[in-house]
Amino acid sequence: MTEAPPSTPTADNDSVGIVVPQTLHFDQPLQLACGRALPEHDIVYETYGELNAEKSNGILICHALSGHHHAAGKHSADDRKTGWWDSCIGPGKPIDTNVFFVLSINNIGGCHGSTGPTSINPTTGKPWGPDFPPLRCRDWVESQYLMMQHFGISQWAAVIGGSLGGMQAMRWALEYPDALRHCIVIASAMKLSAQNIAFNEIARRAITSDANFHEGRYLEHNTLPKQGLGLARMVGHITYLSEDGMKQKFGRELKTGNLALGAGSETAVEFEVESYLRYQGEAFSGSFDANTYLLMTKALDYYDLAREYNDDPVEAFKHAKCAFLVASFTTDWRFAPARSREIVDALVAANKSVSYAEIEADHGHDAFLIPIPRYMDVFHGYMKRLKQELGHAF
Amino acid sequence: MRFDLTLIQPWINANSRVLDLGCGDGMLLETLGKEKNISGVGLEIDPDNITRALARGVNVIEHDLNVGLGNFRDDSFDMVVMTLALQTLRYPHLVIDEMLRVGRECIVTFPNFGHWRSRWYLGHRGKMPVSKFLPYTWYDTPNIHFCTVKDFETLCDEKNIRILNSSVIGADNSQSPLANRFPNLLGVTAVYHISK
Repeated sequence: MTEAPPSTPTADNDSVGIVVPQTLHFDQPLQLACGRALPEHDIVYETYGELNAEKSNGILICHALSGHHHAAGKHSADDRKTGWWDSCIGPGKPIDTNVFFVLSINNIGGCHGSTGPTSINPTTGKPWGPDFPPLRCRDWVESQYLMMQHFGISQWAAVIGGSLGGMQAMRWALEYPDALRHCIVIASAMKLSAQNIAFNEIARRAITSDANFHEGRYLEHNTLPKQGLGLARMVGHITYLSEDGMKQKFGRELKTGNLALGAGSETAVEFEVESYLRYQGEAFSGSFDANTYLLMTKALDYYDLAREYNDDPVEAFKHAKCAFLVASFTTDWRFAPARSREIVDALVAANKSVSYAEIEADHGHDAFLIPIPRYMDVFHGYMKRLKQELGHAF
Repeated sequence: MRFDLTLIQPWINANSRVLDLGCGDGMLLETLGKEKNISGVGLEIDPDNITRALARGVNVIEHDLNVGLGNFRDDSFDMVVMTLALQTLRYPHLVIDEMLRVGRECIVTFPNFGHWRSRWYLGHRGKMPVSKFLPYTWYDTPNIHFCTVKDFETLCDEKNIRILNSSVIGADNSQSPLANRFPNLLGVTAVYHISK
């Protein structure tokens, strides 16, 4: 490389450290795409880095299906896990908190503190549950816009998201073209494929056919459809990994039992992959809300970037004014590289500034969360131009 | 900057839209952006080159030229440039067709296999030429379709491609008048500006 790569900070200084989630209450009604309005709502969020005097260094992070506001750092010193995108957000990381002010929120309809199906419906005094208004991706963009106004920011340096987050970032570029300079879309698509929708429907069926689902009013029955939500997560999880990735991670290793002939059958045979998926399902079903899962998967299914632009993505992207970076991963079959390339081709045809990298990775769709060296190089390389726009010399 | 890149710049109009096939580290597009305010995008397959191009603020799309340019619309660029990549392509003639479909005008540069050194090497030693400029062995080389100045002009003739400008760069890395008098013998690198 002609230019030295950014220094790799040590484990001690590349974290945003301890972060404290904040809550913001909006008491004006939020008009939604479905025609209904949320009378009031809360947004839980975290910020990393400092907003500069010109308020020109803001970056908005849009989360994916099961994501939330806790994208980087830890909530306490003995926190076992960091935020979901700690690999990319922090001092010296691609989204460099020494330079940028990063806002990460939990979207409405979520279940990590922002108003969603588990919140109390002010008109009934009971949890919203299945009565929570159906949401579209653009509703999240609207609520994110309110957050932007709250911080007095008139233009993001970038709106960044992976997967469903990338769909929000693209919607930003069309709905508020003057409100962002860059749109970074990772492992995403302009709309889901039939196969994607099919997997989402299995997940939803798993939830709604759980005996404890009670038409979505499980909280009123003091129960949770954990079995169904766990199954939904297990199916989802398979689609986030690649075949090779699963082979490398689990192979046919056994957690318990013995498959040798004549080895007896006292201990049940369990493959590592079974145990892993069950653990993932159980962990998720204890921490995520089933109605949120239904709502989020439907928002994903209904998303169609170009629907209102005569189904023509080129026509749609003509409305954008920002520059784009699009990235995909070779083994991602949930949001395959071909879907990202469709975005790129439409942007080129619309005469927009766009760069694209197809990163070789074994990790399937989950790769967007993993600090794969080439992914980080591409991300760093592109972010350099954002830093230069802010007048940072390198 | 490589001399072929310097040589082609006058053929590229200010404020035009340029597609650079095999853009390498983005040097040409960066220079054209600064000096001629072009809006450009490069296609590249090498990961390190892609990172370098991104870091210098050049738009680059990861793309294998051997799959063609089917992703790009007719006449969507003012100029399509391909420097020193023709000989690496599986179907060079089809890529030239595609370049002329996507761009109104094209620039192609390639190493001239008709240069006297290549002829001498092959004639005297009876072996495929290996030089500082083309350092690869025949069995392990990215260059799978060498041609001469004459070959290229024959192809243009067959395809009814108009040659708007052409030049060669001689061994002294300049546009010497002598080399341009005997381009197929004295040109190391051939430079063509073509259109439909």
